[in-house]
Amino acid sequence: MTDVTHAPSRGMAASPPPAPRGWRDRSIVQLTLVRLREFFREPEAVFWTFGFPIVLAGGLAVAFRNKPAEAVPIGVVTGVAGSDRAVNSLKGTAGLVVDVLSLDSAERALRTGAIAVLVVPKGDGAVEYRFDKERAEARTARLIADQALQHGAGTVDAVKSTELTLTEPGSRYIDFFIPGLLGMNLMGSSVWSIAFGVVNARSKKLLKRLTATPMSRAEYLLSFVLARLMFLAFEMAAILGLGVFVLGVPIRGSFALVVGIALLASFAFSGIGLLVASRAKTVEAASGLANLVLFPMWIFSGVFFASTRFPDVIRPVIKALPLTATNDALRAVMLQGAGLGAVWSQLAILTVWLVVAFPLALRLFRWR
Amino acid sequence: MSPVASPPRALEVRGLVKRYGSVTAVDGLDLEIFPGECFGLLGPNGAGKTTTIEICEGLTPPDAGEVTVLGRRWDREERALRERLGIALQETQLSDKLSVEETLELFRSFYSEPRSVDEVIDLVSLGEKRTARVVQLSGGQKQRLAVACALVGNPELLFLDEPTTGLDPQSRRQLWEMIEQFKATGRTVLLTTHYMDEAERLADRVAIVDHGKVIALGTPQQLIASLGAEHVVAFSLAHDASVSLETLRAVEGVRSARVDAGTYELAVTAVHHALPALLGTLERSGLALAALSTHSPTLEDVFVSLTGRALREG
Repeated sequence: MTDVTHAPSRGMAASPPPAPRGWRDRSIVQLTLVRLREFFREPEAVFWTFGFPIVLAGGLAVAFRNKPAEAVPIGVVTGVAGSDRAVNSLKGTAGLVVDVLSLDSAERALRTGAIAVLVVPKGDGAVEYRFDKERAEARTARLIADQALQHGAGTVDAVKSTELTLTEPGSRYIDFFIPGLLGMNLMGSSVWSIAFGVVNARSKKLLKRLTATPMSRAEYLLSFVLARLMFLAFEMAAILGLGVFVLGVPIRGSFALVVGIALLASFAFSGIGLLVASRAKTVEAASGLANLVLFPMWIFSGVFFASTRFPDVIRPVIKALPLTATNDALRAVMLQGAGLGAVWSQLAILTVWLVVAFPLALRLFRWR
Repeated sequence: MSPVASPPRALEVRGLVKRYGSVTAVDGLDLEIFPGECFGLLGPNGAGKTTTIEICEGLTPPDAGEVTVLGRRWDREERALRERLGIALQETQLSDKLSVEETLELFRSFYSEPRSVDEVIDLVSLGEKRTARVVQLSGGQKQRLAVACALVGNPELLFLDEPTTGLDPQSRRQLWEMIEQFKATGRTVLLTTHYMDEAERLADRVAIVDHGKVIALGTPQQLIASLGAEHVVAFSLAHDASVSLETLRAVEGVRSARVDAGTYELAVTAVHHALPALLGTLERSGLALAALSTHSPTLEDVFVSLTGRALREG
């Protein structure tokens, strides 16, 4: 018998049943409360999580607001035979703004992009179009200008056509952007809050101190995920509230599915955050690692522009990124009204990230 | 279980070894700490005190040796053991953004039979700082909070690693009082320190540690008595003059003599005989004193006589 039986407090074997304790005394509640307090008492973190996406969306909404079918500037060289007739035919053409310029200044304007197409009359009614065929608006302007000149010279349409134009919410840039912004924010806040929180505690030896208590290590890590879920509610309210009520971005599919995608994405990114945090000893090392993980996804995963712009060769890799899956799924549900059946492959990708990242992070995790 | 045949031990360490690369931090260390005792590990920085206490706390695995805490082993009963221990590490920074109260509520939530937050706040006299954020606390208040976090689980055994290092005298005294109150409840404390006055005041028994080994063990009184001296006489000579240690050791009542940076230290019995004899010897050699003082021997003198170095030199 080596047990210390005369110690004044309770013996371990004969410890009485724990006194009933309120829910607030439970360690998982306390740990989660600590996460929330630490977050809301850091004004910068609050801004970058909630304020920044709203400012960004507001700015982009202004920059990309739908202007009445934008007119494209084109230039016509003056002082050569046929100039005046070309100018007369083009003036007043819907979709074009005509600048009459000397050859010198016209060429300069074309190079700097001040005009999209330069019309150079060649005499005998012939013209030459100079433009950069990589620019979509230049190709369009060339077609419009050509049609106007052909009509001005007396060409008659073989096919009679009429137009019915429409502006549909859901096809604007801001409609494209809001789901991507939500995805980007979910990723950024999950990875940063966990990586920063854990590594900060490790570098201050607080992790070591906590492991010197009977605290459950699983509960400690779970508290980060639970706190994430609460922030998720705020983030979704902020970004979708702005998108739907201020900018008129549609949610055509089921709102529950949008929430479900956001939840799953949040879990998957939390796993990645934990992975980033698993070994780094300093906050600097963790931020470097987090940037390394996040940066490619900001570029490739279709936040600001569609990821279909990248070459086909790397498309499968891009599609496997968790942020691409999140953004594609959110866009499909919000903009196209897709159901669960249409986004299952994205959900499967997120689930794979989740079930790979968490166990790996726990395996690698250093408590001190 | 007769206490005579086999007294229970709150902590027992046998043949502890810990190496970091080619450095041996702990080199075959043994300890026995009895329930209700305050035990001090005294030694210079780098002596292996922190490594030893962290192995005892189950935070660092030893390379060799056995540790038994409250009759249990770390490898088998970690969670149950953690319920009964209070630990203050040497350098933990608690979360700046939490208040004193919130920090204690968090630590309290980990234990199955904790003390109340109010009680612990009273114990460490942080009542006025209850709602203050950790970032607003002074060094002494932070250290008291760290000890409060160790006490809130209602531990039987308290580990304190250099609890007063870097604190002002008033904060040190406050912490000493807290530790004495804990001792008064009959519970066990293991503390490390490189302050001899702290060890003398708090510890029932002291192990002096150097280079990862216990080089002396006993009550502070026993250790001091082992010097065989009643007083220590320290003096220095004017004009950077010097006197041979042989001459000094020949003086009546001088047990040992050493010199360090121009200051001579003599361990003497019967200072009322030794001092006049010393002054006579110096005068006959034509040497003038620049300074002279005497003090009762301390653990510092014990350390110096064992290692030839001062504690603070490390």
